Amino acid sequence: MINHIVILPVIWPLLLGALLLLLQKQSLKVLRIASISSVSVLVLLAGWLLSIVNDGEILVYALGNWPPPFGIVLVADRLAAWMLIITALVSLCALLYAVRGTDTMGPHFHVLYQLQLFGLNGAFLTGDLFNLFVFFEILLLASYGLLLHGGGRLRTMAGLHFVIINLVGSTLFLFAVGTLYGLLGTLNMADLAIKVADVASEDIALIRTAGLLLFAVFALKAALLPLYLWLPAAYAHTSAPIAALFAIMTKVGAYSILRIYTLIFGEQAGPIANLIQPWLLPLALATLIAGVLGVLASARLRQQVAYLVVASVGTLLIAFGINTSAGIAAGLYYLPHSTFAAAAFFLLADGIANRRGETSDRFEPGLIMMHQRIVGTLFFIVAVLVAGLPPLSGFVGKFLILQAALSHAALPWIMAIVLITSLFTIIALARSGSLLFYRAQAPQAIHTAMDTHVQPGITPDINGLVITACLLALCVALMIWAGAIIEFVQATANQLLQPDDYIQSVLGIEK
Amino acid sequence: MEALVAILIGTLAGCGVYLALRSRTFPVVLGLTFLSYAVNLFLLVMGRLTIGKPPIIVEGVADYADPLPQALVLTAIVISFAMTAFVIVLSLKAHLEMGNDHVDGKHKP
Repeated sequence: MINHIVILPVIWPLLLGALLLLLQKQSLKVLRIASISSVSVLVLLAGWLLSIVNDGEILVYALGNWPPPFGIVLVADRLAAWMLIITALVSLCALLYAVRGTDTMGPHFHVLYQLQLFGLNGAFLTGDLFNLFVFFEILLLASYGLLLHGGGRLRTMAGLHFVIINLVGSTLFLFAVGTLYGLLGTLNMADLAIKVADVASEDIALIRTAGLLLFAVFALKAALLPLYLWLPAAYAHTSAPIAALFAIMTKVGAYSILRIYTLIFGEQAGPIANLIQPWLLPLALATLIAGVLGVLASARLRQQVAYLVVASVGTLLIAFGINTSAGIAAGLYYLPHSTFAAAAFFLLADGIANRRGETSDRFEPGLIMMHQRIVGTLFFIVAVLVAGLPPLSGFVGKFLILQAALSHAALPWIMAIVLITSLFTIIALARSGSLLFYRAQAPQAIHTAMDTHVQPGITPDINGLVITACLLALCVALMIWAGAIIEFVQATANQLLQPDDYIQSVLGIEK
Repeated sequence: MEALVAILIGTLAGCGVYLALRSRTFPVVLGLTFLSYAVNLFLLVMGRLTIGKPPIIVEGVADYADPLPQALVLTAIVISFAMTAFVIVLSLKAHLEMGNDHVDGKHKP
């Protein structure tokens, strides 16, 4: 008996996307209600799936009932369900923010949004390497549409760079997949994991090449140094809810790195074991430094948040690069925190830009904003979260990462870089905050600010702030239920480091 | 035959990389197209080059051509076709909005 719940998070947004395309002629209200209820259903589905896989069970869905490794399989384990619930929560908040006006700035917003979720959920659930490529393309194609949504010169140019670099990335992905298939004769990840362990010695160099080529592709998606240069412009110039949704996009790269390099090229891969370990940690540390330098140098708030995303990717991959059960668990705790915090910061930056009129989000003294106190409080909470100060979840995440690093040979490097970059993040955010809030001028001309705010059609009402606060509440929840969540991510990390369960569940054999 | 196909793929990929690094959008689009041709051929060849062998089960035949790369390459062709169409339209849009076809939107004399 196949458990059909595994395919629901994939098929549901696809069907809803098609339905929304048919409903284009209906009023905007119908579209919005359909879209929001669809994403709400996804939250429930992901929560249900999480409760099923929580006891360590691995659900396998063979598409078309073709037995693996011949057909494509979808696999739901703890990691996949964890990523699904994070995606669903972020996308719900971003969508609620978008229906305040962003979705009217161009056609087919809601359709693209559902297809984006289709691609994301598929990438997290698939157990087939070529199918992972296909879902990457689906989520990228939808993301191109969403990134360019609304138009504008800067957005088009950032979009062009984003599209071209991702097309090159897709080509590299196909070269890697082709090489692996040519040598090992399979694309099923579980089957690859078995075949890679006893590969002929003359093929080792080629397999290593393919594995590292895949790493380059995932590093590009995750925005790891030196492949992060596309991110700041793309994220800073797109509309705020899309930037908030894209907070999960870099995590797709991080997820793929974690999945492929624990399952296929992990401990048990014989001569190719731990393929990327010499690369991952140094590159992650360098990414963190580069990201924080960008944070310090930014001239606009949105740009600063985009560089904070780069820095958070660095921190996340440091945790994965430690490559112990504790390190991966720390990373999996930090992952939802950094996603929610970055999404909240993008939405807040948009709220600030809309309230400041002509000065927008540039770091120059402007007018006092509407709802100054609420905006200021939210900014303070986000800054505390992002910088990793106690008592919020950012602190717990960074503390877990440093604790996991204690047993690592590169401890001095990790300790020094994580702590010093945290200090610089605090300095940069304190400077932006004091400039935005303390050096604001008297409100003699608040009506002109209202007349000229940058994005017509979006009024700086209090609802946007409430949605931002919801994302922050998710971070607070991560902190309050930290005990239970750490237990869960610890179990997830243990499951990842023992891929035998995964392989047995997929192929139904004893290794 | 292997050497010939390998040289062909290498040439296509080399041209693709060179063109993708140019500063105008039109050569970049051409370069991406060449790269996708190279990777499509590469995928097909990964099933090993065989001549006159059936890809599906036939009575009394022992040797088969690998059918999976053909399915893979079909998917890859469809995706790269869609992507090329998209990037062409995007380049045109960028050209209209920027007033020139430089990838960074800069004015050059």
